[in-house]
Formats: sequence, structure tokens, C-alpha cells
Amino acid sequence: MKRQLMVFVKQVPDTKNISGEAMTPEGTVNRSALPAIFNPEDLNALELGLQLKERYGFKVLVATMGPPNAAEVLRESLYRGADEAILITDRSFAGADTLATSYALSCCVKSVKNIDLILCGRQAIDGDTAQVGPQLAEKLNIPQICYIEEVIDVNDKTVKARRSIEGGYEILETPLPTLLTVIDSNEPRPPSARNVMKYKKAKTRSELAKVHGRGTDYTDASDLLEEESKLRSKNLWIHEWDASKLSADIERIGLKGSPTKVKKIESVVLTAGKVVSVPPTEEGINALIRELIEDHTLG
Amino acid sequence: MSNFFTDNKDLVFTLNNLDLEEVVKLRENNYEQSKVFDHAPENLKDAFDSYKRVLEVVGDVTGERIEPRARTIDEEGPQFANNKVTYHPLTVKNLEDIRKADINGVMLPRQYGGLNFPVTIYTMMTEMVSRADASLQNLFGLQDIAETICEFGSEDQRKRFLPRFACGEADGSMDLTEPDSGSDLQSVRLKATLDEKTGKWYLDGMKRFITNGCAKVHLVLARSEEGTSDGRGLSMFICEACPELVVRRIEHKLGIHGVATAELQYNHVPAELCGLRKRGLTKYVMGLMNGARVAISAQALGIAEASYREAKKYAAEREQFKSSIDKFPAVYSMLAGMKIRIMAARTLLYETTKIVDLRNSYTSIVEHAAKPEDVSLEDRQNQKLYSKVASVLTPMSKAYATETANSVAYESIQIHGGTGYMKDFNAERFYRDARITNIYEGTTQLQHVAAIGGIVQRVLDPIMDKYAKLPSHGKLKRLSGILDEMRKKQQQAVRYVFDKKDTTYYDLVTKHLVNMETYTFVGYLMLRDALKAQERENFAERFILDSAYEFDKCFSIVMSGDITIIDNHRELLDY
Repeated sequence: MKRQLMVFVKQVPDTKNISGEAMTPEGTVNRSALPAIFNPEDLNALELGLQLKERYGFKVLVATMGPPNAAEVLRESLYRGADEAILITDRSFAGADTLATSYALSCCVKSVKNIDLILCGRQAIDGDTAQVGPQLAEKLNIPQICYIEEVIDVNDKTVKARRSIEGGYEILETPLPTLLTVIDSNEPRPPSARNVMKYKKAKTRSELAKVHGRGTDYTDASDLLEEESKLRSKNLWIHEWDASKLSADIERIGLKGSPTKVKKIESVVLTAGKVVSVPPTEEGINALIRELIEDHTLG
Repeated sequence: MSNFFTDNKDLVFTLNNLDLEEVVKLRENNYEQSKVFDHAPENLKDAFDSYKRVLEVVGDVTGERIEPRARTIDEEGPQFANNKVTYHPLTVKNLEDIRKADINGVMLPRQYGGLNFPVTIYTMMTEMVSRADASLQNLFGLQDIAETICEFGSEDQRKRFLPRFACGEADGSMDLTEPDSGSDLQSVRLKATLDEKTGKWYLDGMKRFITNGCAKVHLVLARSEEGTSDGRGLSMFICEACPELVVRRIEHKLGIHGVATAELQYNHVPAELCGLRKRGLTKYVMGLMNGARVAISAQALGIAEASYREAKKYAAEREQFKSSIDKFPAVYSMLAGMKIRIMAARTLLYETTKIVDLRNSYTSIVEHAAKPEDVSLEDRQNQKLYSKVASVLTPMSKAYATETANSVAYESIQIHGGTGYMKDFNAERFYRDARITNIYEGTTQLQHVAAIGGIVQRVLDPIMDKYAKLPSHGKLKRLSGILDEMRKKQQQAVRYVFDKKDTTYYDLVTKHLVNMETYTFVGYLMLRDALKAQERENFAERFILDSAYEFDKCFSIVMSGDITIIDNHRELLDY
């Protein structure tokens, strides 16, 4: 059997392209007003996974937790070369903080079994916590290396990787299985035309049911079952797993499993600071340098 | 965040409104391949959806990745040392992105690793690549070489070469020009000798101005028939890069710096014949050139698009006399003119590619039929018709798009003022890059010569008849009337020149007749587009009214019968 690695990805609101209605009056993110995109550092994690596929022949599984339409980031992953995709979706997962999220993801890893490497983006641009990766490693009780720039080598037992640290880097080696969080250190590949044309047809159970105007419990509908088995045989099936499939403890997921409480949300409006104009003369520049030194901005 | 497909309303409109149903159906052979290839479309809707998605990918790659690298590549270019060309690291990255996006064999059949897309969609990609980096188009466009091998090579050659092109392992070059054979390719001298004992061919001689002459696979036009001196003594060969094929130098060019243009020396290079002997120029190179002319039209259009956008942006930001300069009639009228010419060039180009697609499909039906009697009369007629139309539209489109690119790039600098003359802005790069487009793959003057025969034969009249009959009202009806009037005059002018039976006069006014035909034909296309979307009415109006003036000027010149330039040119030149 091929060795497997799993990349966790997330669909996030595009916080880099904020328009006027990006925030609700209550100060929370107005998700419907922002385009949903592939979390940037998750693309770096996927790219690393795909490089390891090319170098060592790993099978690349991609998984995400989110609403049904988060399947889009899974298709995006398939376009780039991922082998199989899993959507973790269930109303009971809603409202999860990082603790509940990492617990659900750990259930997913346990369900799949035989994963040598787990790759996550360092952090997502919506919450910016950088907690889910590390917490997931803790839940699984496996080693982790964060801020990965590149993987130097993977053998049967260990992985050796370079991580960024303040002012430089360090190279660490750790036994498998292990979890790596990846920073913006590679150039994610573009989708491949051929894969786009193939995997645009990949579907989850919900999507298939929706096309036919049915519920997801179509166990008696022979036409849907036939189509499902066709999609499966063509490798166009995106697995859709709910809490029971993951054997998740209902107390530990969703809002119930989330001890994080939001105390207060403040909408901060950033304004430009004072503008100082410096004359383009020797004296002007010298005065500026003096001021910056006194300020401890320089030196 | 820029996506060169989705940010280009006109290009999206073009894709959505070009009636490609027949093209796709023929190309996909009634969607038979979907049973064999999981990425092949099942029906028209599926095919269109795929085109759109792939164009979006290319739009993203060109806008987000390739364009930001263009200026550095232009400044630094490829390196040449010890007869070896090394492309700029950013060019290498561009090629890597293209390879990963899987767009190296866009039109090749699927069984050789291609995507089997029509020329029309490939041309849209070409346009976007060129808008991002015109010089990269010269490398991207070399997949035309694989096309030529596919069309004229043997099955064995297809199997050996095409998958290498499709996966991006091999790149190509088209070795035609020699120091003494530019426009006049009939005089090519590079010698091909057959070793009778082994049955192998060897090439000896020189080639010059070879785009990507450092390529792995070369298509070479060479003289295989000793003692001949015209086009019928030439054959087409395939050879691989090897020690006997020496890159002597690379050129220092005005523009398209990113790609190496090489001088090649052939010292008994082993080669294989592609297609039949003696058909090299008469059939294969003509086919190759026609494909390349469409590609250069798209390259020019991409440069024009980029130039226009820079000019528009600059004019909106630049303040003079307490106002942004795009508020002044002198400036906005210039910008509007640029925009309209770009849209006109685009509508002509994609009408051309559609016809080229139809020609290719019907030609393939006729030529690849198991038995001649299997081909229906209708298919034969279609092949003839579309071949004729394509042979007028291809040069007409190239002339119009490339001259438009030059005028737009020129005016883009003008709008930038002194700043545009500096290397700090992109305007001057576009101006330099545009300048080659109306020269290579046949100068504008040669495009006129290529188009005039079909114009005299009124090959485009049936298409114009069709568009003239589209029901229109109000403003559009008036415009349609103007076009009908122009067409009548054009027919009159053609007859006048034809009846004169003076070949020198015919040569002298050829350019005017081609321009007049272009104004009229594109006018009908603009009108057709306006009938599909109201927002395009103003464009049709402006184009047709502007063209009418230009048309009348040309008409007066042609009908004047003035031959003083013929009689006096020597005195005029030598004074």
C-alpha cells in the first residue's frame, strides 16, 4: 500500500479584499459579502504535500471541515494534483473553536488510519490563531514541527525538515507519524487544465443529492446510487463525513465543545498617521535620520 | 489580484457570443472521446464550461504570475555563452507554470497528451500570455510546431514527438529564415542530402533570426532537390538539438527581449523528412505560417490591451491644470479610439479563428477519410469555402491587429508624455514589443498581397450578406445602411482596378483595397456584436463612423487612377 499523507485545508473569507460591507454592525465577519477562497498558507501546505508525492510517491489526501460548499476547496486541491478528498461537515460541528475543531480533525485522521504525515497551513487568514495544527498533533499524541519552510528528507521512520525561527532557521528530525505546519515558503502550483476538466465533475453526497432535488438519505433511490457508484469508480467522489461517521464524542464538538467565549468585539477603524514632509536636501535627510535614531527606529 | 480573462469584459463577451457549436461538435467528433478520456467533454455545454474554466486558470497564471515578472525579464533577457543559451530564471519559472497548468499541447489530440481545444480558445490563451509578457508568447506559441508535425508528419513521428511537446519536455523552433531568404522563402539554400546507403538525411548550412533557436526539436525548411532554385525543391525536416547544430550567436533586439533569437549553423545535422519531399514550402510552411499569423495577431492584440490599460490608468491618475488628464477631449478621444480599435481587432481575430477552426475540421474530415467516397459533397464544399475565407481573413486580421498594436502602443506613450519615454514605465516596453508584430511571419505589406486575391474574388461577400440581413432598428439600422453603402463602393473600386488591367497600379492600391475591405467587414462584425448586447452599440457607432471617413479617403485614392507615384518614384527617391 502507498504511504499516505493528509493535508488539512480551509475555506476562508478573502480578508485581503475587504469591501465596505465586510463586517456586520455587530462587528463580526460578514461571510456572505466576502468571496470564499482557499486559505493561502493551506495552499503552501498542499504544494509541499504534492512535492512529497512527486519525490516519494505519497498518496495525497486532502480534508476540510466546513459547510457543504467548502467542497470547492477540495476540488481546487484535486485540480492541483491531490488524490482523494474528504469533506467533514455536520450541523453539529458549527460554532467550533480551535479546540473543538482540532478534536474533529483528529477523529478524521483516526478514521483514515495509516497517515505518515499531516500537513497544515500555519494559520488561516480569518481567525489567525495558528492553533489548530498544534492542537491536532497534541490530540493525536504525535510530534509536530511548526513554521516549516521545506522538507529535506522523509524515510521509513523519520522526517527531516527546515523550520523558520526568528533570525534564521533550524533543521529538525522527528519520528513518523508527525504533523507539520507550513509557512508561505513555496510557490503553490496552478491548477492543471486536464485536472480541472476532470475533477470539476467531482461531487459530495450532498451535491449529488441536490442536483436531483433529493435529501442526502437516498438509500432507496437506485438512479442516485448508480450515479454515486459511477462517480466512485471514476475517482470523482468526494467523501462526506458527519459526526457519527467520525465516531466523534458529541460533547466535544461544535459550540458545546468550545470553551472559547468572545468577551467583546470592537470594530477598529485604522486611520493614517500624521504626514511629515522631508525636503529632498542633505539637511532634510540628515534631520530625518537623526530623528529616526532618537526614536530608536534606526540603530 | 488580476485575472487576465475575467477582468477583460470584451474577451469574455467574445467567448460567450461566438457561435462555436459547429466548431466544437466537429472537433469533438460528436463527443465520442468522453468515453475514453475522463477530461473530454460530454456535450457542448460541458465543453464550453471546460473552456471557460481553463481560460480562467490561464487568466490567473498570466495576471498573477507572469505579468509581474515581465519587466525584469525584459531588462535582463537570456544569457549566451559558449554557444549555449540560458533563459532568464524568471522565464524558466514562467515555462514551469505553463507546464504545470498543462497548456503545452492545447490543440493536440488527446491520444498524444493534448487538450484537443479549438484554435479559437488557444488564441485567447495566446492573447493573455502576450498581454502579460509578449516575449513569452514566442515560446508558448511554439506548440504550433507540434501542430505541424501532427498535421503533416507520419504516425510514428506523431507518437515520438507529440507527447514530448504536450508534457513540456520538448520545446521547438521553426527554422525557415536565412541570411538571404526572408520574405522570399523560395530561395532557401540550406542543403539536405540523402545518404543513399543508410536512407538518412543530413542538413548543412545556415539559418538566421530563429526564435528559440536553442530548442530541442527543430522543424527545418531545406533544399532537398539538388539543382533546383524555387519553392518546389524544398522539403521539411525534423531534427533534434545535437553537437552538429551550433547556435552561433543570439541577436540584440529592439523588443521581445525575453526570448532568444538565434543564428544557427548546421554541420551535417542528422534529420528526418517530415511529410512528402518537395512539399516543404508549398504546403507545410504555408500551413505553419498561417497558424503562426493567427498567433501573432493575438500577440499584437495582447500588447495592445496591455498598452491601453496602462494609458487609461495613467491618464486617470495624472493631474495637470488641476484635473486628471483623462477629462480632456484630446486625451479621452485618443483613449476611446484605442479601445475601439482593440475591440475591432478582437472581433476580427476571433471571427478568423472560428473560420480557421471550421476549415481545420472539414479539412481533416476530407483528408482523413478512409475512402474518398465516404466524404459528403457538403463536407467538401465546406472545406473549400472555409479554406478560401480563412486565407483572406488570416492575413487581414494579422495586418489589422499588428498595425493596431503599433498605433495603440504609440499613443500609449503619447498619453504618458515624457514619463512614457522613460524606462520606469511599461509603455515603452509595449512600444518596442509591438514593433516586431507587423514584421515577422510576413510584413503587413505581404499580408496585403496575401489577402487581395480573395478580396478581388469577393470571398467575404456571402458572410457580409448574412450580417447585412440581420434585422436592425434605429441607430443600428442607420449604421447598417452606411456599411451597405461602403460595400457597394468597395465592389465598384475592385471592379475599377480589375478592369484597368495594370498590374503596377493593382500593386500600388492593394493596401487601400485591403483596408477598405477590413473597415467594411469589421463594421459588420461590430454591428453584429451590437445587436447581441446593447452596451456595444456605442462601439459599433464609433467604429463605423470613424471607418467611413477612412474608407472614403481610400476610395478616392483608388478611384483617382493617379499614377504619378509610379511614373515619378525614381526622381522622388533620388533627389
